[in-house]
Amino acid sequence: MTARIAAPFLYAALLVLAGCRPADPTLVKIVSSLPRTGSAKQQSDTIVGGIRMAIEEAGGTAGPFRVEYLDLDDSTAAAGQWTSEAEAANARRALQDPDVVAYIGTFNSGAAKVSMPILNLGDLLMISPANTAVGLTKPGLGAPGEPEVYRPTGRLNYTRVVPADDLQGPLSADWAKQRGVKKVYILDDSEVYGKGIADLFDERCREIGIEVLGHDSIDAKAQEFKSLMASVKAAHPDLVYFGGTTQSKGGQLAKDMASAGIQAMLMVPDGCREQVFIDSAGAANLEGRCYVTFGGLPPEKLTGKGAEFVERYRKKHGELPEAYAVYGYEAACVALAAIRDAGVKDRRAIADAALALDDFDGALGRWGFDKNGDTTMQTLTVSVVKGGKFEFEEILDANAVGEASPVR
Amino acid sequence: MQFFLQQCLIGLTNGALVALVALGYTMVYGIIGLINFAHGDLIMLGACLALSLVTALGLGLGDAGGMAAVGPAGSWLGIGVLVAVCGLFCGGLNVAVDRIVYKPLRNAPKLAPLVSAIGVSFIFMNAGLFWLGPADRSFPELLPATNLLGGDGLQFTWKDLLVLVVVVPLMAALSVFVRATKLGKAMRAVSQDTTAAALVGIDVDRVIAATFFIGGFLGGAASVIYGLYINTIGFQMGFQNGLYAFTAAVLGGIGSIPGAVVGGLVIGLVRALSSAYVGERWTGAIVFAILIVILVFRPEGLLGRRTKEKV
Repeated sequence: MTARIAAPFLYAALLVLAGCRPADPTLVKIVSSLPRTGSAKQQSDTIVGGIRMAIEEAGGTAGPFRVEYLDLDDSTAAAGQWTSEAEAANARRALQDPDVVAYIGTFNSGAAKVSMPILNLGDLLMISPANTAVGLTKPGLGAPGEPEVYRPTGRLNYTRVVPADDLQGPLSADWAKQRGVKKVYILDDSEVYGKGIADLFDERCREIGIEVLGHDSIDAKAQEFKSLMASVKAAHPDLVYFGGTTQSKGGQLAKDMASAGIQAMLMVPDGCREQVFIDSAGAANLEGRCYVTFGGLPPEKLTGKGAEFVERYRKKHGELPEAYAVYGYEAACVALAAIRDAGVKDRRAIADAALALDDFDGALGRWGFDKNGDTTMQTLTVSVVKGGKFEFEEILDANAVGEASPVR
Repeated sequence: MQFFLQQCLIGLTNGALVALVALGYTMVYGIIGLINFAHGDLIMLGACLALSLVTALGLGLGDAGGMAAVGPAGSWLGIGVLVAVCGLFCGGLNVAVDRIVYKPLRNAPKLAPLVSAIGVSFIFMNAGLFWLGPADRSFPELLPATNLLGGDGLQFTWKDLLVLVVVVPLMAALSVFVRATKLGKAMRAVSQDTTAAALVGIDVDRVIAATFFIGGFLGGAASVIYGLYINTIGFQMGFQNGLYAFTAAVLGGIGSIPGAVVGGLVIGLVRALSSAYVGERWTGAIVFAILIVILVFRPEGLLGRRTKEKV
């Protein structure tokens, strides 16, 4: 009788013991948390491809450590995009595994808001290849309380290798003015990233004298925007700006804009810079009139190490990577460099080593992290949709264009 | 004025589409008192089939040899075939679901078939997830976007015309069917009193199956129109569609066929006008606020029958 009662407990105890096997001191893990289902999958596939290549090229080691990689999903098939629950679960899972020393993610700025405070408590280095919302790092530019709310310990652990929207939003407006745009109609998807960048664009337009005819938020769950587009048409804008992503109905907006007979230019931020955006909008609806900004250089314009990466990627996968792949690669390179520089398996030391990088010679060029964990890179490119593909149009350099400097 | 007319036109076209879906809800409710929550997802599956057919047959304006080659007459014929095939598919599926899921629960408490309907909705949704994949899919354009009214003024394209050309005759046929045919008469009898209808020799099960078939057929037609008009389909479209259509049915008086049509048109108009004059983000809130107001003052809906036992 006693044996029968004791058996399950014994079994449970064994399981606990098995789980608590002493951590391997020579092993470190890098995890990534990206939307691996839904329409962002195509983009995140190439980011993960970039991360894997970085680790492989380093021979699966960083300094004295063996490196293992774990590809986590922060989206669910049912939602079709990232969810707070999945992102929070990934962050906790990474935190609880003592071998994990770097967390590459997230793709969506909204998701970063969820995992940043969780990971901050464990001093786990977080490197985002794609977050661009300003409030995540920059004091005074986001909502009240940002970015301190994401740093409950007061210490920094979050970095990003992509320029934030305080560059992209205003520079887009400057570019529009250069192109002779006088009147704009602004739309956003009411999400952290989309509304954030649309507000920055809006503000800059008013500063430089572009007339803002209207600024509407859409419901990203709505199925069509024909009425909205009739209103936009009646306002006669030169350019329609949409702050949002492919996942928040960018494609449907472009479609309804075309079918309403609006001839104006359409401008979208980097959240739409992926092939699925063109596919979902229909190439003919975007042809020659849809301009996409992107915080950095598109794959075909990278030089030096970046161009080499694109070439290796193409050889390995047989196709050009999406725009964010090289950022995934760069994020993984930063993680590996930080682990090497720290030389110890200690999360705080590794996070500090990453934040200390000030002259990193990577695939994106020579750059470093500033005191907020932001990249010092200040390049922005504009592409136009032609023949169903993104075609490079021009480079906007915030440092070169003195008057366009977004720094406030 | 032109802007107002344009918004009304958009509202009426959208509303006609909502009404077509709402008919499926209201007919089934009228006959067996079941709110068929799976109806929206049934339409999603219809749209999946339509997309697969269009892709398999290589239709679409873009590629030569497709619709462009067969000319406008061929286009309309193709659309007619799509409507018929998807209608039969959805109608058949609806009847099968009734046979397998709802029929054994005919005499069970009302909540049992209701919960089963939610279950069927989930099953359909996951089938759609397998069929389409998790991302939204673009539905090929089968009709050119030329403005039929000419010029840069009021916009009324082939697509808008398509909605009316398909929806209006279907609704007319339905009302003639219900009013004038023997089966239609039987339907009205069953919806008034099932037991009495059985006593006078009406095959109740056959009438119910016919109702499910007609509701499903209209849904299948709606799915094709939806694909051609909105041009984007996804496995989650059933929920939003179903929600608005169900709201339309309740607004018009659930169980009433003209009520569903009126409800659909009202919802379409309210959505278009609130987007134009209040703000896009408020459209959902305004539609449901109006629903609440109407139900407070007229619980039976706009055209519903006043019944005592309604709570």
